[in-house]
Amino acid sequence: MSLKFFAVAFLATTSFFATAQIDPSLLKRTTSDTLKQIMNMDAIYNRPALKYDKLPVSLGGYVEANYQYLGTDGISEGHQFQFRRLTLFVSSTISKRIKFLSEIEFEPADKEIAIEFAAVDVEFHPLLNLRGGMIVNPIGAFNQNHDGPKWEFIDRPISATQMLPATWSNAGFGLYGKYYKKDWMFGYELYATSGFDNSIIENDQNRTSLPAAKENAERFEENNSGEPLITGKIAVKNTKVGEVGLSYMGGAYNKFQDDGLQLDDKRKVNVFAVDLKTTINKTKTNFIGEWAWVFVDVPETYSQQFGNKQRGGFLDIVQPVLNRTILGWNNSVLNLACRLEYVDYNVGKFTETKEKIADDVWSVMPAISFRPSAQTVFRLNYRIQKQRDLLGNPPANTAGISFGISTYF
Amino acid sequence: MYKRYVLVITFLFLAVIFTVSCEKILPPSPANDELLDGPVEGLTTAQAAQHHAGDVAFNDQVFTRETGLGPIFVATSCGSCHAGDGKGHPFSTLTRFGINDSLGRNEFDNGPQLQNRALPGYMPEQLPPGTPFASFTPPANTGLGFLELVSEDDLLAMAAANTTNPDGVRGHPNWSALPTFVSPNPNSYTQNGRYITRFGKKAATYNLFHQTVQAYNQDIGITSTFNPSDVYSHLDIDPEVSDKIVRDVIFYLQTLKAPIQRNQSDPDVIQGGALFAQVGCESCHKQTLTTGFSPVEALSNKQFHPYTDLLLHDMGPGLDDGLIEGTSKTSEWRTPPLWGLGLSKNSQGGKYFLLHDGRAKSIDEAIQLHGGEAATAKNKFNALKAAERQQLIKYLESL
Repeated sequence: MSLKFFAVAFLATTSFFATAQIDPSLLKRTTSDTLKQIMNMDAIYNRPALKYDKLPVSLGGYVEANYQYLGTDGISEGHQFQFRRLTLFVSSTISKRIKFLSEIEFEPADKEIAIEFAAVDVEFHPLLNLRGGMIVNPIGAFNQNHDGPKWEFIDRPISATQMLPATWSNAGFGLYGKYYKKDWMFGYELYATSGFDNSIIENDQNRTSLPAAKENAERFEENNSGEPLITGKIAVKNTKVGEVGLSYMGGAYNKFQDDGLQLDDKRKVNVFAVDLKTTINKTKTNFIGEWAWVFVDVPETYSQQFGNKQRGGFLDIVQPVLNRTILGWNNSVLNLACRLEYVDYNVGKFTETKEKIADDVWSVMPAISFRPSAQTVFRLNYRIQKQRDLLGNPPANTAGISFGISTYF
Repeated sequence: MYKRYVLVITFLFLAVIFTVSCEKILPPSPANDELLDGPVEGLTTAQAAQHHAGDVAFNDQVFTRETGLGPIFVATSCGSCHAGDGKGHPFSTLTRFGINDSLGRNEFDNGPQLQNRALPGYMPEQLPPGTPFASFTPPANTGLGFLELVSEDDLLAMAAANTTNPDGVRGHPNWSALPTFVSPNPNSYTQNGRYITRFGKKAATYNLFHQTVQAYNQDIGITSTFNPSDVYSHLDIDPEVSDKIVRDVIFYLQTLKAPIQRNQSDPDVIQGGALFAQVGCESCHKQTLTTGFSPVEALSNKQFHPYTDLLLHDMGPGLDDGLIEGTSKTSEWRTPPLWGLGLSKNSQGGKYFLLHDGRAKSIDEAIQLHGGEAATAKNKFNALKAAERQQLIKYLESL
């Protein structure tokens, strides 16, 4: 797909609503659901949207742009102005208890147009829903809940994007459901999808990399290993305490057979993640975090440059400090925040020296964010990051500022 | 309304302050003498651009199955073995094996380097039982362009001077047969069809072109127009790296700066330098050499301080691994340059792995493992007082 396609699609979609320019009141804004019975798994549908008259289609999306000035060990690429992405949502209720939502992302820097989510949901019972199509695998918390305007930080978490492959979606089917009683909620998801390929350990990152498999768009047509990638998650939420999720994603990743011939041993990837979200009611301090473990079956004859274990995660702490009318915006919020991140890309010891392999990164990112409305955020981040190579040599020190805006529209 | 103006003006003021102070918030560069990488001073803009292109190819280009890696290999990229252009780690140590005959036959035919790693589905090479072998820890790349430009006349003159060395130092050049892709310089000396070679642990490599093409082929399994032989099939195949990239990498290696000595005014370092000469280390670890002419002005006719004579020396039975390359004996090794020695730990994971195979975990241990022609110098070192030995080691760490 090309940017030309994007332009045509965007113009066609927006021109449909052109009359709304004459009378803006015709275009109704449906805000995201603020009911307490919302869990992380609901992030896909819990987005603001625009609705036109009685048309059974809602349109939404978000946009992200930012400025960065970062440097590593005294060397900077200078002032960078980045248009990260434009994402469009189109959703509709097809009939009673059958709905559809699609999320299409345009990332001009990568010349990429990606369908991140496009699935039909059929509800048989609140505890039994069928979902089929292009599915966002529910591993951890971030992958499903990745919309820029929801976060106080410009960059996505390192562990979610460079260890786990957010945003990671695949063709497939599965079930999900929710049950709630008083303050308690329970949710589950279970999907079988297409999955990874050999690029996990054969890539130009020179390390085990689940995100490298994102490059392979053929996975939407042909599952490399021929075996399903199973993704499952259970989550429990207490409205007064918070939400905890446990998730798993795994399956064979390599093409171990073709045309009836055995080409290689079957090699598996397994990912386990735990995520949490809570708020201290007294101070309104929000915590959201995720920690994941990745296990990859790497051939013993391969280079230890490619590790068979990875681990990492992030913790966001967000403290609202002002919540009132600021510069004429009612109910605007000023937050102080900080993100703590760590990833060990290669957990293990060198065969030769029995000493620990490094290849890790940690980062601290204090931030100020200003939300003139719940759907728009201005963010100012300062990153401090140290990254060590495989051998554990003196780390590369990175620091710098980012300023950006992200908003639903 | 007044409050809003104040807020807007404050915001604009902070934005200006923030922008102006941008550079202050970035982490500082390490001192130039704390780094081994970086270009030699005085490159033209065109030369700097080629150095940068070579830097990217050397440090960032990671080969995969799709781009030619293997299928059997030692490493996936140049930078995997030369972190920060410094010495390597036991993880990236390679294995050379076999004994070439006196005519040098089999020297360049599909080996003699063990391909100890393999892509999924393939098996790596196994060392033939009973075969002599030696492990080679990757050397530092820094200052290679200067070493390449030392004239053969200077090498032969140093070898000639050794014949009367009272400590028994008898260093001599390695004379090696050259692979067909290496064109010797017109004024190179020959001996029975062999040429003076100077790079590598056994000084069996003629120049940086030879070294680079061989490393692509033997270390990563990457064929080029210069050496199209595949290490797995032993057949000529299409080139997997372009001529331009090979030449950019060669230029990058040629134009890496020479390491800069640190703590030069420290009294212990000064005294250590005097002891270095007094003990006789300098018989092999020559402090000062001179380059010949180079079209790269920054390298041409320059004095530099590598602490090597680029000659082979018999290091005694303790370092005899049974491997020969070119006309070297099994116990002979090229004098390794000592420049950058004190920074080795920064590329070796915080520890020293010294000598040809990294067996020495400290400078003192490396000295104690010297034998053969270096035995006299080692004994003189051991005869020093403890404080003097520390001064000498401090001097070596300043290099």
